[in-house]
Amino acid sequence: MPERRRPQLNVHVQGWLLALPAVVLLAAFTHVPAVATVIDSFFSTPHGRRPAAFVGLDQYRTMMADPIFRLALKNNLLYALITVPVSIGLALAMALWVKGSIQGRTALRLAFFTPTILPMVAAANIWLFFYTPDYGLLNQVLRALGFSSVNWLGSPATALPALMALTIWKEAGFFMVFFLAALQQVSPVLYEAARMENASGWLVFRRITWPLVMPTTLFVAINALINAFRVVDQVIAMTGGGPNNATTLLLYYVFQVAFNFWDSAYAAALSTVLLLVLAIVAFLQFFLLDRKIHYR
Amino acid sequence: MNILTRLTIAATLAVTALGASDASATDITFYYPIAVGGPITKVVDDYVAEFSKTHPDITVKPVYTGSYQDSIVKAMTAAKAGNAPDVAVLLSTDMFTLIDDELIEPYDAIAKSESDQAWIKSFYPAFMENSQADGHTWGIPFQRSTIVQYWNKDAFKAAGLDPEKPPANWDEMVAFGKKLTKRDASGAVTQWGLEIPSSGFPYWLFQALTTQNGAILANQDGTKVAYNDPKVVEALQFFADLSQKHEVMPKGVIDWGTTPKDFFEGKTAMMWTTTGNLTNVRSNAKFAFGVAALPSKVRGGSPTGGGNIYIFKSGDKARQAAALEFARFLSTPERAADWGIATGYVATRPDAWQTDAMKKYVSGFASAAVARDQLKEAVAELSTHDNQRVTKALNDALQAVLTGVKPAKPALDEAQAEATRILARYQP
Amino acid sequence: MLNRLGEFASTVIAWLFGLIWALPLLYAIWAAVHPSAFATRFDLLAPLTLQNFGRAWAAAPFARYFLNTALLVLGVMAAQFVICTLAAFGLARWKFFGSGVLFALILVQLMVTPDVLIMENYRTLQKLGLIDTLTGVGLPYVASAFGIFLLRQSFKSIPKELDDAARMEGASTLQTIRRVYLPLARPVYVAYGLVSVSYHWNNFLWPLIVTNSVETRPLTVGLQVFASVDQGIDWSVICAAALMTSAPLMIAFLLFQRAFIQSFLRAGIR
Repeated sequence: MPERRRPQLNVHVQGWLLALPAVVLLAAFTHVPAVATVIDSFFSTPHGRRPAAFVGLDQYRTMMADPIFRLALKNNLLYALITVPVSIGLALAMALWVKGSIQGRTALRLAFFTPTILPMVAAANIWLFFYTPDYGLLNQVLRALGFSSVNWLGSPATALPALMALTIWKEAGFFMVFFLAALQQVSPVLYEAARMENASGWLVFRRITWPLVMPTTLFVAINALINAFRVVDQVIAMTGGGPNNATTLLLYYVFQVAFNFWDSAYAAALSTVLLLVLAIVAFLQFFLLDRKIHYR
Repeated sequence: MNILTRLTIAATLAVTALGASDASATDITFYYPIAVGGPITKVVDDYVAEFSKTHPDITVKPVYTGSYQDSIVKAMTAAKAGNAPDVAVLLSTDMFTLIDDELIEPYDAIAKSESDQAWIKSFYPAFMENSQADGHTWGIPFQRSTIVQYWNKDAFKAAGLDPEKPPANWDEMVAFGKKLTKRDASGAVTQWGLEIPSSGFPYWLFQALTTQNGAILANQDGTKVAYNDPKVVEALQFFADLSQKHEVMPKGVIDWGTTPKDFFEGKTAMMWTTTGNLTNVRSNAKFAFGVAALPSKVRGGSPTGGGNIYIFKSGDKARQAAALEFARFLSTPERAADWGIATGYVATRPDAWQTDAMKKYVSGFASAAVARDQLKEAVAELSTHDNQRVTKALNDALQAVLTGVKPAKPALDEAQAEATRILARYQP
Repeated sequence: MLNRLGEFASTVIAWLFGLIWALPLLYAIWAAVHPSAFATRFDLLAPLTLQNFGRAWAAAPFARYFLNTALLVLGVMAAQFVICTLAAFGLARWKFFGSGVLFALILVQLMVTPDVLIMENYRTLQKLGLIDTLTGVGLPYVASAFGIFLLRQSFKSIPKELDDAARMEGASTLQTIRRVYLPLARPVYVAYGLVSVSYHWNNFLWPLIVTNSVETRPLTVGLQVFASVDQGIDWSVICAAALMTSAPLMIAFLLFQRAFIQSFLRAGIR
């Protein structure tokens, strides 16, 4: 009897021992702080000698009345709503182009993928120059075409779209790679058959390619969605959330409240909202992507 | 696993070796923001080198921390982690924030000798307005400025204006601006009359307009603001009108950082910016330019601006003494003069202007004295408790109005309400 | 005929997009290798210069930033390899008590990365006394859900027989991992290593908060500190600096394009 039990016990102990370093670190930097954030959001920010006090839902009441928070949430939703589908659409188009026998596909692939490698901060500084009023490249092109110069980052109407364009520029090439992989799995026989039938390019795409890359599309969409709610580098580097909070996104607002205003409790309440959003995305993932296929 | 283990150990060792610089009694850290490129950080490095030559018992570690905004974030994060710098140059307006979090030591608590006392009194009173509160002196002026107007003399000549005569009041500024704004055949502007930047810290430039219109934005204690005073509303209306009605200034938010470049490129004929840009303009403008005090409305004037030297609480007497010694070293008349010449900031004390180096500089370049002469009309820069938030309320209102999202009055009413809410905690 | 025309149009559009995608970088390179006066004027005869790189290099301690980033990415990668390998092995091979729940909890980090919880994680580091250290910058990322997931996946595909054979010869668990699993999963390690290195090379928000001094500041933060000037911007120098900070990754990518893309693919397919 003991002979049989020992290896069993061994597996439990050994399994936990092996996982222990990872468990400790993950708990310390993900699970415990996530819970602590939620708890902190029900307290006030300690000031000088005044300790934190339980305030119930006060922080959330402040938040509901805070126009900047509402704007940040709206901006972020808009950001996700536009960058996710556009990046995915472009990524798929890029993958189809690069996969085929197009002239100079190596150069094209290089052009599409290179932005992915750049640090966002470096890309943001380059685009900052690109967007400069009057003599930035974009405005020089506009003027050559007879339009007047646009103050891209200085107008509330164009500042957020300008940041979105940078994000799409940087992300599309990355997602292209996933579609490339998916397309390589599609059996050439299917395309061969389609050609025999003399099907149009659009029909081939709709009937064969699109359904077959669907799982990849969902996977990429989820990732893009998570990224959209974690955007902060380009906001810090390019606009500082302005003009008049037109480019303030959730994580940037958390950063500002936490490290410029030092209002830790309010920052905790804002972080809780961010966690909630990510939880919703996780929920979506659970239902859209079959866990059995992708995680087992 | 062997290689991995070794790599990890090597990395950990390297990290530990780099992370821990053991602090002996007289090692002090100095944070500073300066923002033009190479030569200026080098000037600071040279000061530190000179200091260590005359003070072999003190080692100063200078840390360049980026823009003012970056620097206050860095100083606060470091201080809250129990790792504060000993000395730092930060915006004079950060004073209340630093006091409220009990991060800085007042000079009068550590500088007690007679010569120390005389030293504290040796700076321009206009600069000390943002350095003193509750009867204590918390900051010593280092890189202080006022806003001045720069104009392109060649552009003035081309527009038929007297190249030696900058606008003296708001009406002239608009009139000149209209003459200086040039459009091509399609109606697109090729040269603007004026740029007053409005990114980052628009409140500062706006405060020049409110000052000229006879308004004061905050009380001396930093507990009350007057954002929706009718004179402030009027000033904001004028600010917005410059681009929206008179069309002499680009629409939308004008970036602070690129404004000098726009001036060099001939995209704008006049600009408002800190006197701290003087040396930058002098070495990069390829045309004859002038510098003058800002135009007036009911009065002239500009807020002061720029950075003070703060001494952080460290609980270590020796380090605080060393920090004080370094602060005194940085603010001698000779060094104040030298720093002013290197950058364009206003040398912070009257006797600095009596040094030979400064006399020689001013005699060859009269523009250098403009910002100093404007001090007579200068007011304290907007500074309150919870300063970042209270000024953000105003900044947001300004940007909303400048970008045409809101009219001036309701925007400022909102800003006032928000500021009042934040400041409620500090009311006596 | 119609199909041909369509194909031609598609090629033209592809090239148009390719051009648009390449433009910002080409523009930055143009600005960086010409004197400032030509940054915004396109003149084919403009003199070429490396001065902007020289000025950027001299104006900020970029050499130190490079060293910091190199130490950071290599240190993080090495630590990730060790920690993720151990956890992944246990989860791949044994069904121990609570292993299912544990794995699910680990996957939470795929969503909630350490930078989402900046405030709390900053406090934790503060308590550990790790603010302003490279260890502090790297530590929250060392136990990576992504790494555990990826390695577990590939360990699972390794035949159990090989494992058993090693055990028969009296190898301990760690020895088995080293002799059997590491060599077989090598391509996955390469892939994961590349992804990890490029992620941490580019990471910004967390190091921005945690580092205060030149001795710990990585390249991204150094670049931002350098570029955020209060007093006027010289685009040529900033473009030069931006390119410089990305150069090692870019050059590596150009040299090993295929391997890079393969690795990203491998790491991406879940």
